[in-house]
Amino acid sequence: MNPKLSNRIAISILYVIASTIVVILAALLGFIIISGLPAINWHFLTSPARAFTAGGGIGIQLFNSFYLLILTMIISFPIALGAGIYLNEYAKQNWVTSLVRTAIEILSSLPSVVVGLFGFLIFVVQFGFGFSILSGAFALTFFNLPLLTRSIEEALAAVPNEQREGGLALGLSKWETVIHIIVPAALPTILTGVILSAGRIFGEAAALIFTAGQSAPALNFTDWNPFNISSPLNPMRPAETLAVHIWKINSEGIMPDAKAISSGASAVLVISVLGFNLLARFVGHRLFKRFTAG
Amino acid sequence: MTKKRWIQCLLLVGLMILGGWAYQTRQVNKSDMTITAVGSTALQPLVEAAGEDYSTHHLGTFINVQGGGSGTGLSQVQEGAVDIGNADVFAEEQKGIRANRLIDHKVAVVGITPIVNRSTGITHLTTAQLIDVFTGKARNWAQVGGKNQKIVILNRAQGSGTRATFERFGLNNHRSLAAQEQDSSGMVRQIVATTPGSISYVGFSYVDKTVQAVSLNGIAPTNQNVANNQWPIWSYEHMYTGKHPQPLAQKFIKYVQSREIQNSLVRRLGYISMADMQVTRDGHGKVHRVEAGHE
Amino acid sequence: MNNKLQKQLLKRSKAAKLERWGKTISFLALMLITVTVFAIIIFVASKGLSTFFSNHVNLIDFLTGKNWNPNVTNSKGQPEVGALPMISGSFVVTILSALLATPFAIGTAIFMNEISPHRGAKILQPVIELLVGIPSVVYGFIGLTVVVPAVRSVFGGSGFGILAGTFVLFVMILPTVTSMSVDALRSVPRYYREAALALGATQWQTIYKVVLRAATPGMLTAIVFGMARAFGEALAVQMVIGNAALLPTSLVSPASTLTSVLTTGIGNTVMGSLQNNALWSLALVLLIMSLIFNLVIRLIGRKGAMSK
Repeated sequence: MNPKLSNRIAISILYVIASTIVVILAALLGFIIISGLPAINWHFLTSPARAFTAGGGIGIQLFNSFYLLILTMIISFPIALGAGIYLNEYAKQNWVTSLVRTAIEILSSLPSVVVGLFGFLIFVVQFGFGFSILSGAFALTFFNLPLLTRSIEEALAAVPNEQREGGLALGLSKWETVIHIIVPAALPTILTGVILSAGRIFGEAAALIFTAGQSAPALNFTDWNPFNISSPLNPMRPAETLAVHIWKINSEGIMPDAKAISSGASAVLVISVLGFNLLARFVGHRLFKRFTAG
Repeated sequence: MTKKRWIQCLLLVGLMILGGWAYQTRQVNKSDMTITAVGSTALQPLVEAAGEDYSTHHLGTFINVQGGGSGTGLSQVQEGAVDIGNADVFAEEQKGIRANRLIDHKVAVVGITPIVNRSTGITHLTTAQLIDVFTGKARNWAQVGGKNQKIVILNRAQGSGTRATFERFGLNNHRSLAAQEQDSSGMVRQIVATTPGSISYVGFSYVDKTVQAVSLNGIAPTNQNVANNQWPIWSYEHMYTGKHPQPLAQKFIKYVQSREIQNSLVRRLGYISMADMQVTRDGHGKVHRVEAGHE
Repeated sequence: MNNKLQKQLLKRSKAAKLERWGKTISFLALMLITVTVFAIIIFVASKGLSTFFSNHVNLIDFLTGKNWNPNVTNSKGQPEVGALPMISGSFVVTILSALLATPFAIGTAIFMNEISPHRGAKILQPVIELLVGIPSVVYGFIGLTVVVPAVRSVFGGSGFGILAGTFVLFVMILPTVTSMSVDALRSVPRYYREAALALGATQWQTIYKVVLRAATPGMLTAIVFGMARAFGEALAVQMVIGNAALLPTSLVSPASTLTSVLTTGIGNTVMGSLQNNALWSLALVLLIMSLIFNLVIRLIGRKGAMSK
């Protein structure tokens, strides 16, 4: 075949494929949002859930989801960053390193229900944290670490070697080079990895059912003392997240408006992830500008 | 650099002071004022609602209710990891549980009924027909008096209390064919409502107009018929504790069993109140009539 | 004076101390992950293996048996724990969804990286990140309300089955495979493309003969990674596959996967009982499978590196 013709055919096929994906997403989003939007109003977003009467909201679950996400990120980001740096900058290419890499990849493909049960036996029962945000955050950390470590390592690997050589030539130690040159250069990519994993955390349900629990006790939003049981900040309280709530309503919900609540909650979940992405994209863009121009 | 250090130190000290202050001014919560109940997801809404009620009447107490399944509830209460294990089966029926180490508290009764998709045209069956359907002897609804449509069986997951009860009292100990399984009643109802020719079984409270409940041998699945055991497919909801339960756990279970909760919450959630039952049944399926006037 | 200089020279400099600190801390972080992974592996293995050692189930029976009924003992007095239906279900769903997702993912990755980087960054990158962000519960819900009825009306049957599972998994692993393929393409040096174009190759020839060849190991990694994710996905598949512990006979009859049986059953069994151990054995199979997936990735990577 004429190379020019095949070139055109191939490229149009690629256009079709790329637009199919956009259409799939548009259809998914459209379905979720259109079926969920009628249920969403201020009352729905702020009031606590009801077990068996209509008119419950998702206020507490929404807060729990965000709080759990932040706590998980606080725990897992430093560990993933450290591990990513070691793997990319220090680790020698030998069988130990390859074993560790394999271990990380295995962790990432473990079904989350196994991670959740492991977290349940270790944190909830063994360490006595009970069904709590803290147990949930640790379980999610297990779940999050491999993906985050991998994406950080890749982000670091994508930084050209000249940057390292430049840092070392200036008399900086390897660590200083990494911290002051390599990590900032990789920051926009790292951020993308963080967003991707944040989305996964935000929607995770199976790992949380047995760790953060499936009940959302009433919170007192005027009490910000983290040692009080009804304070939103208390990390030792049980906390049902939005994703767990959707799962629970779909499986055992007996409130008359269960369907409306679950589609409303799904829409809120997806819209949150959307807003979250936009924000992180904006911040990443600003950071990139600052590091490259300033 | 040094200025930055100073600010860092100051921030750290400030945080520590704030933390200390928060710790000092916290509401003191004695550990014996909190109990945890884990187990059956079917029972969770009732215990949760009762727990909220109890907390508002007894300030400072906190009842933490979690799902996880009957098996989880029983094994955790057996190991002493939680105070109450919620289950919809007798501990004797659950393999791996030493029932003599636990105390059984029955808090409600749930009736279970077969449900079918409305397109099947089935409204009543006999026990023999039901067994034929679930063991695969009947493959088409026409064989048991319905429309010409293939039978699609939907089971609850292996080990589920609802399934155990249904096979024991509905199918007279016949085992259902290996077929689709779902692990929750809500999902079962949704699937039966949308899949032509499907049949499954759920607790009475899950029956709504999207599915057709089936009468058995001419007896309708109603609370009244469960209370006098004419409708045999029912089970207790249990709250198990260890041999030496916490005082609060004991008080709370008493509260759930009290007339007040039995007449309000239990009924509103679609359960049958313990007080209404005219019979009792033990773990081996033996039924005894309750003497009048005796609760 | 001499002494002071000697001291200064012999003492570690501040930078060297910092270097040691940094290295130690990052090493500890890595070790933490590794220890966790091994703890989980040992945990799953000890639970999963006790089916064979303390409950004396025959390994061959477990892998080839067709009946999954841990509550029931068969004629030989052994519990019926044949995992073949789940193992084959998992494999079929995984392979089919990977087959379906691969052309889409690689096509999109090429589009994003080679053909229209601008539109790729502006439209497709956010689209893919959003697809990752949609939780599996929501995918399952959509699968149940849209995919299953659609399959039912086109192919008949109940709609639940491998085909519905494949469609849901296809959309779920698409973003993972795509974004990893993009990374693989991005790591192909720019001068490869320049060299090919300078030789007079068309854009497609450049992509097909040079860029794709150079990125093959990375792409294969992406696909196997997607397969690993499909293999381990639980909630969404469980909602649409029907969970019938039967050997899959057709694409539209109900089947089950390792994860779906594990998720449905684990709450109903008691820690330490045979029923529970049998479920952990399924988890062990999952673990071993992801180990094998990794070995495959490695082999492919090594071959790719050698032929370069």
